[in-house]
Amino acid sequence: MEMLAHLADGFALSLSPLNLMVITLGVTIGLFVGAMPGLGSVNGVAILLPLTFLVPPASAIMFLGALYYGAMYGGAISSILLGIPGASTAVATTFDGRPMAQQGKAGLALIAAAVGSFVGGTISVILFTLFAQPLADIALAFGPAEEFALVLLAFTTFVGLGGDDVAKTIVMIAFGLVLSTVGLDLISGQPRLIFFDLPGFYSGISFLVLAIGVYGIGEILWTLETTRGRAQVMTARIGVKDLWTGIKLLRHSLRTMTVGSLLGFFVGLLPAAGATPASLMSYGMAKTFSKKPETFGKGAIDGVVAPETANNAASTGSLMPMLTLGIPGSPTTALLLGGMVMWGLMPGPMLFIEEPDFVWGLISSLYTANAFAVIVNLALIPLFVYALRMPLSILAAMVIVLCIVGGYAPDQRLHDVWLIAAFGIGGYLLRKLHYPLAPLVLALVLGPLMEKAFRQALIAAQGDAMTFIERPLSATFLVVAGLFLLLPLAQAIRHRKTPTEPANGSAGA
Amino acid sequence: MHRAEMIMAIALMALSSVFMIMATDLPIGWVRGSGPGGGAFPFWLSAIMFVSAAFILIRELRKRLTRQQALRHFIDSVALLDIGLVVGALLITIGLMHVVGTYIALPLFLAFYLRVMGQHGWLLTAAIALITPVVVFLFFEVTLRILLPKGITEPLFYPLYAFFF
Repeated sequence: MEMLAHLADGFALSLSPLNLMVITLGVTIGLFVGAMPGLGSVNGVAILLPLTFLVPPASAIMFLGALYYGAMYGGAISSILLGIPGASTAVATTFDGRPMAQQGKAGLALIAAAVGSFVGGTISVILFTLFAQPLADIALAFGPAEEFALVLLAFTTFVGLGGDDVAKTIVMIAFGLVLSTVGLDLISGQPRLIFFDLPGFYSGISFLVLAIGVYGIGEILWTLETTRGRAQVMTARIGVKDLWTGIKLLRHSLRTMTVGSLLGFFVGLLPAAGATPASLMSYGMAKTFSKKPETFGKGAIDGVVAPETANNAASTGSLMPMLTLGIPGSPTTALLLGGMVMWGLMPGPMLFIEEPDFVWGLISSLYTANAFAVIVNLALIPLFVYALRMPLSILAAMVIVLCIVGGYAPDQRLHDVWLIAAFGIGGYLLRKLHYPLAPLVLALVLGPLMEKAFRQALIAAQGDAMTFIERPLSATFLVVAGLFLLLPLAQAIRHRKTPTEPANGSAGA
Repeated sequence: MHRAEMIMAIALMALSSVFMIMATDLPIGWVRGSGPGGGAFPFWLSAIMFVSAAFILIRELRKRLTRQQALRHFIDSVALLDIGLVVGALLITIGLMHVVGTYIALPLFLAFYLRVMGQHGWLLTAAIALITPVVVFLFFEVTLRILLPKGITEPLFYPLYAFFF
């Protein structure tokens, strides 16, 4: 009951006129960002974060949360109408969304995607509401040793479950962590890694600079190369009658939606997984358990519902460890975490005690954002059809301008803008060679916490490294982390024993 | 692809070596009674980065390539031209911000990008190139009070400052 009272207080905050406006705007921009091929939630959050200085921190986070949600809905629009996923999270939606559009059922596919997203979002927000406080309560007992072990565990999930090349993943994690140590040593206050003695490095490398570089500039370069030639936009018209038939048809998809929501939520909790693998897994599950698996890939409505439910559920799921433990569950939530730290709202269990208004305001805003997203999505379909015809060059030019100006704004140094350019070019080249970028960004965000926790724990134990093993929770985390590290090794051995087995390592990715 | 892979691995090894050398400015060992020194974290993580990159390089060297794999390019020449132009324009724009300021550099960038890269008409190009800086000025300088770099054009903005602030 206490939870409902908290939630009611939260709604009082999130339903204020300013916040309602911010959420509507966030959802609409998110839908647009998600729908544009090449831009997903993480790009939208990275590029637009500097613009949120306009509103108070709580509203800024609600805006970004709404944008995150909107982008998950929006990804389906271009998957269905263009046949190109609007974001990686909507890849699985193209499998059946595109065939449906080709059969003239684009409207129905869009309704199915929107309703699926809504159900996925709603179920996962309810799970979030139920589990957030208990998880935060457990996390209250964490000391520096547990914090360190937990961050280490988060990184090892990339090695064990990330699905990318293990050596490249480790390079990226280490690289990100080293970048996070640039600046002043947090214990002794001495400067370290000041490249070329540039004064700009004394205050460290901001997560925002890396994120804008990699997800703004780098993404544009990547999109320039990959989407040459234009795909044909399918038109879709949705009337009230279509909506009604759509909803009636979707009654048969209830089980798919439930499975997709639960799967999405729990996969979303893991830092290395997230919305993209969750949607692919959900698609696979729906196909396996379908009575008519042969219709999948040829325009099965469940094939649209399954991934869309899961990716929305996963985005909510990844918010939970970020808010309660301070460990983000996805690159987008890593940026939200960085933003919150910048605004003095340190995520973690203490946030539930010190800033309950903010925490519950944010949680309640997710309900609002979810409801608005489905309405705005269906109402503005014609506008999105039009927007998808916008030439890439205009979008790219705008994004680059936003990256330059937005990268300058937080600290007002051109030094940061040069770094953004460097990270953009470097990130593009790394991505071309299949180096995963999410662990790099996550490592830069979590690096300071990891080092601080490690050294604080040791100082408290007078330099005795056994402290990490003697504390039961910390020891448990470390053992699980060790298992994740060994997982790729075990897989390699198994593959060597049965060489005829097809490589299906991506299933767990 | 194969060569690019090896160059990147070597570049990462070089980068991590620089990190390691720089990290030794602070103690990298174990300080008795208080744990690792200030340089330990960057040093040992750079070492991990070095070893992993070296592993990638060795794996790439030992790889037997099929003819098809050996012929595959890292990037084709058309894309290279596009990417090169965008990167060049970006770097020149940032450089110009130091000298002539944001409000000359941004319109020039937009005009170049939309006209040359996007091949849009002059009308559209001019409209976007002129409206964007105005919006940027109103949003960042007037609303957020964040002053963007102006370089030598700073005096031109004094009347605007007087009007808005």
